[in-house]
Amino acid sequence: MQWAISVDHKKLAMMYIGAGLIFFLVAGIEAAFMRLQLAQAGNEIVDPETFNQLFTMHGTTMVFLVGMPILLGFGNYLIPLMVGARDMAFPRLNAFGFWLFIFGGLLLYFSYVGADGLYGAGTAPDVGWFAYAPLTSRTFSRGNSTDYWILGILVSGFGSMTTAINFIATILCMRCPGMKLMRMPMIAWMMLVVAFLVLVAIPILTAAQSMLLFDRTLGAHFFDPETQGSAILWQHLFWFFGHPEVYILILPAFGFVSEIMPTFSRKVIFGYPLMVAATVGIGFISLGVWAHHMFVVGLGPVLDSFFGATTFLISIPTGIKIFNWLGTMWGGRLQFTTPMLFVTGFVAMFVIGGLTGIMLATVPMDWQLSDSYFVVGHFHYVLFGGTVFGIFGALFYWFPKATGRLLNERLGKWTFWLLFIGFTLTFMPMHVSGALGMPRRIYTYEADRGFEIWNLISSIGVPVQMAGVAIFLWNVGRSLRRGEVAGDDPWDAWTLEWSTSSPPPEWNFDRIPTCTSARPLWDRKHPEDPDAHYE
Amino acid sequence: MLGVRFAIAIVLIASLCVASRLAAGAPVQPMVSAAGASVGLPLQDVASPPVPPIPSAAPPPYTIKGSVAEMDARLVVCDPNAPPVSGAGVTGIFAPESPPSREIRDLSYLVFAICIVIFVVVQGFLVVAIVRGIRARRLANRSENDSSPEPVQIYGSIPIEIAWTVIPSIIVFVLTMVTIRTLRDIDITTPPENSMEVVAIGHQWWWEFRYPGPDGEVVTANEMHVPVGRPIWLRLESADVIHSFWVPRLAGKMDLIPGHTNYTWFSADRKGIFLGQCAEYCGTQHAHMLIRVYADEPADFETWLDEQRKPAVVDASVDAGRRVFAEYACLNCHTIDGLSDGMFGPNLTHLASRNTIGSGFIPLDRDNLRAWIDDPNQLKPGCNMPSLKLDPPELDAVTDYLMTLH
Repeated sequence: MQWAISVDHKKLAMMYIGAGLIFFLVAGIEAAFMRLQLAQAGNEIVDPETFNQLFTMHGTTMVFLVGMPILLGFGNYLIPLMVGARDMAFPRLNAFGFWLFIFGGLLLYFSYVGADGLYGAGTAPDVGWFAYAPLTSRTFSRGNSTDYWILGILVSGFGSMTTAINFIATILCMRCPGMKLMRMPMIAWMMLVVAFLVLVAIPILTAAQSMLLFDRTLGAHFFDPETQGSAILWQHLFWFFGHPEVYILILPAFGFVSEIMPTFSRKVIFGYPLMVAATVGIGFISLGVWAHHMFVVGLGPVLDSFFGATTFLISIPTGIKIFNWLGTMWGGRLQFTTPMLFVTGFVAMFVIGGLTGIMLATVPMDWQLSDSYFVVGHFHYVLFGGTVFGIFGALFYWFPKATGRLLNERLGKWTFWLLFIGFTLTFMPMHVSGALGMPRRIYTYEADRGFEIWNLISSIGVPVQMAGVAIFLWNVGRSLRRGEVAGDDPWDAWTLEWSTSSPPPEWNFDRIPTCTSARPLWDRKHPEDPDAHYE
Repeated sequence: MLGVRFAIAIVLIASLCVASRLAAGAPVQPMVSAAGASVGLPLQDVASPPVPPIPSAAPPPYTIKGSVAEMDARLVVCDPNAPPVSGAGVTGIFAPESPPSREIRDLSYLVFAICIVIFVVVQGFLVVAIVRGIRARRLANRSENDSSPEPVQIYGSIPIEIAWTVIPSIIVFVLTMVTIRTLRDIDITTPPENSMEVVAIGHQWWWEFRYPGPDGEVVTANEMHVPVGRPIWLRLESADVIHSFWVPRLAGKMDLIPGHTNYTWFSADRKGIFLGQCAEYCGTQHAHMLIRVYADEPADFETWLDEQRKPAVVDASVDAGRRVFAEYACLNCHTIDGLSDGMFGPNLTHLASRNTIGSGFIPLDRDNLRAWIDDPNQLKPGCNMPSLKLDPPELDAVTDYLMTLH
C-alpha cells in the first residue's frame, strides 16, 4: 500500500522498472511464439491472424511499455540523486504519469484477454506497431482492437509527457549548489534531451491517434483516401513521432554507457563538452530525418535525397559518441564486471546497428532492404544490442544502490554471455534472410528461396536468450534476500548518488551536497588532484 | 519478494491467455466485401456467420498437391539460359537481372566496403582497448603498492576530437554524393525511352495487372508477363490498403498506395521467371501475396498478349460448370469475358493459361483448384473469397469449366 500511494521518485522508478520488466517478459513470450512459427517454412503453429497480433503486440509493447517506462524509470531514479535533489520537481505529477502508463498498458492488454464479441473487448490489435492507414480504418480493421491500440498508447503517452516535464524542471531548477550545466553527469544531459524530444514527438503521436480515433468513431476522413483523406499523412505524422522515439529509446542507454564505462575504466569520460554537443546535435537532427522510414512511399528524388542526407548526417554525432567511449576505455584499467560487459557489448553491437543504418539511409539500398528482415535485424541491433544491453548494464550497476545488495557476478556473467550469444544467433541471420528477399511481418514463407536455414538459426537463438533472462530473474530473486551487502559505494564511482546510503533515505541526502566539478566524488577522494583544476 | 511472485503470476497468466487462444484455433473471420463496398458491388456475406468449425467427422484438411518451386523448375528446365527459379538468391538482391536492381547492387558493394572498413577500424580499436585495458588492470593489481591507484586521467584532446568529427563528415559527404548519383539514374519521374506502361493494382491479397493498348485492355492477375529487354513503366495503384511491389532481381520495392499513384520501372535482361512478393504489411494474408514476373521473348510476349485479348473459350462439354458459375455468386466478384464482369476478385477469363492460383503459392491443377473453390479458407486462411458450399457435382462441374479457360 505504501507503494501504491507513494510519490517518492525512487519507489515510482522501481515500479516503472518492475512493470517494464514484466511487460518485457510478456513481449518476449510473444516473440518466442513468432520464432517458433517461423522456424520452418509452412509451419502452422499459430494461424495468420494470431501471428499478426503477436508482432503488433510485441512491437507496441517493447517500444511503449518496456523501453519507455524502464528508461523513464531510470531517469526518475537517477536524476534527483545525481543532481543532488531531494525528489523530482513535481512528485505528484510524477506518480500521475506512472499510473497513466500502467493504465494504458493494462488497457492495451485487456484487448488480449477479452474474447471475440464480448462487449467492449475486441481481439488484440493486428495492424502492426506503426498502424499504417488505411489498414486501420473501420473498413479493414473491424471490431475494437485498433481502438484499444489507440487508447492504450494515447493514455500512456500522456504519462510520458508529464514525466518529461518533470525531468526538465528537475534538471534545470533543482541542481545542487555548484552543479553548473556543464558539470552535470552525462546521464542528466541525455535525459534532458530525451525529455525535450518526448515533448516534441509524443504530442504529434497523440494528435495523429486522436485523428485516427475521429476517423474510426466519428466518421472523420483524415486518413481515408476514398474521401480525399491521405494515407501518407498518417505516415508523416507517425514517423515525425517515430524517429525521435528511436532516440528517446537510445539516448538514455547512451547515458548509462557514459556513466558505467568511466567507472570501470577508472578514467574520466573522454571529451565531455563534445559529448554534450553531440547529444544536443542528435536531438536536433533526429527531428529532421523522419521520412527515411518512407523511402518506398514514392516521395520523389528531391525529398528522398534530402532525407537520405540528413540521415547520414546523424551518424556524425553518433560516431563521435562511440569514439569518445573508445577514448575513455583507451589507457584505462578495465574491470570487466557485469555492467561493464554489458556496456562494452552495447558499443560493439551498436556499431553494427549503426552501420546497417547507414546502408538503409542509402536510399536505393533502402528500396531493396526496407520492410525486409534486414530492417528487423537492423533495429534489433540498435534496440536490443543497444538499448536492452544498456538497460541490463544499468540494472546491474544501480541495483546495489536501490536495494543495498549486489547482484551475483557469476550469474550476471552467465546472463551476459547467454544474451549475447542468443542475440547474435537470432538477429545476425536476419540480415541474410532479408537480403535474400524475405519481407518482414509474414506468418510463413515459401520454401526453396533459401530462407529456411537462416530462420532456423534465428529461432534457435530464442531459448538461449530465454535462459539468460531466466538466470537474471533468479539472480534478482536470490540477491534481494542473500546478495552481498553493497555499502554506499561498491564500484568506487564518482557521481553524487554514491555519496548517500544504499538504499538512499526517502529524502536522498541528509545534507544537500555541493559540487565542485563533473565528478564530485573524485574531488573528495582525490583532494590532491581534483577535476576542478582541469575545467 | 511479493513483487517477484506477482511478476511470475502475471507472466503465467499472460502465457496461458496466449496458449488458450492458440488452442482454440482462433476462428478466422470472413472479411468478404470489406473492399467490395468501395467498388460498388452487392454485399455478399455481411450477415453470414463466421466459417463454422470443421465437424469432427469431416475429412482431414486438404494438403496442396505439388509445390510451386517444383513446378517452376519444370517450367524452365527446357531453357538452359534461364536464371534459376529456386534456391537461395532467387529473390535475392545480389542477383540482379535488370538495370535498376543492378545499379542498386553496385552501389551496395561500395557502401558495404565503406561500412566494413569502418567496422574493422572501430571494432579493432575496441578490441585493442580491451586487451590493453585488461593488461593494465593486471599490472596494477600485481604492483598495487608502487603504482598510483588510478590510471592517468585524460579529459580530452581537441586535435583528436576534430579528427574524428571531420573524417566521418567526409565519409558522409561521399555517401550522400554516390546516393544522389544513383538516385538520379533510377528515381525517375518520367517513363524511360521506348517503355511499355503496365498497371499493377494491389488488392487484399492478390495482384491485378492491366496492359492498356489501342486494341483493348488486357487484364490478368498475379502472373505478370513482360517482354525481355523493353523497359516496363509500372503504374502502381491500390484498391484497398497499402501494398508494396517487390521483385528484388528486377527493381527495388515501391508502395501501392490508395489515392496516390506511384511508378517504378525495370527491364528484364533475359528470359525467365522472377519471383517477388508484397512487402508492406497489408492484413491477414500478407504472407501469401506473391508476385510472378515472366520475362518472355518479345514475339512470345506478343502472342501471349493476343491470346489474353481473346474472349473466354466457350466449350459446350463444360456447359454445366459454366451455368454453375453464372448462377452462383462467382460472377459478382470475378470477370470472365463474355459471361460476367465482377471486379472484386481476379479476372478468370484466361485462368487456365496461368500456372498458379491463390496469388502465386498454389500450383494450378484440377485437384488444387477444386479444393480452392470448395473452401479457399482451408488453403489461405482469412482470404476474402467465401466458400459457396457447392455440392460435389457442382464443384466438379465448375472446376472442369474453369480448367478449360485457356
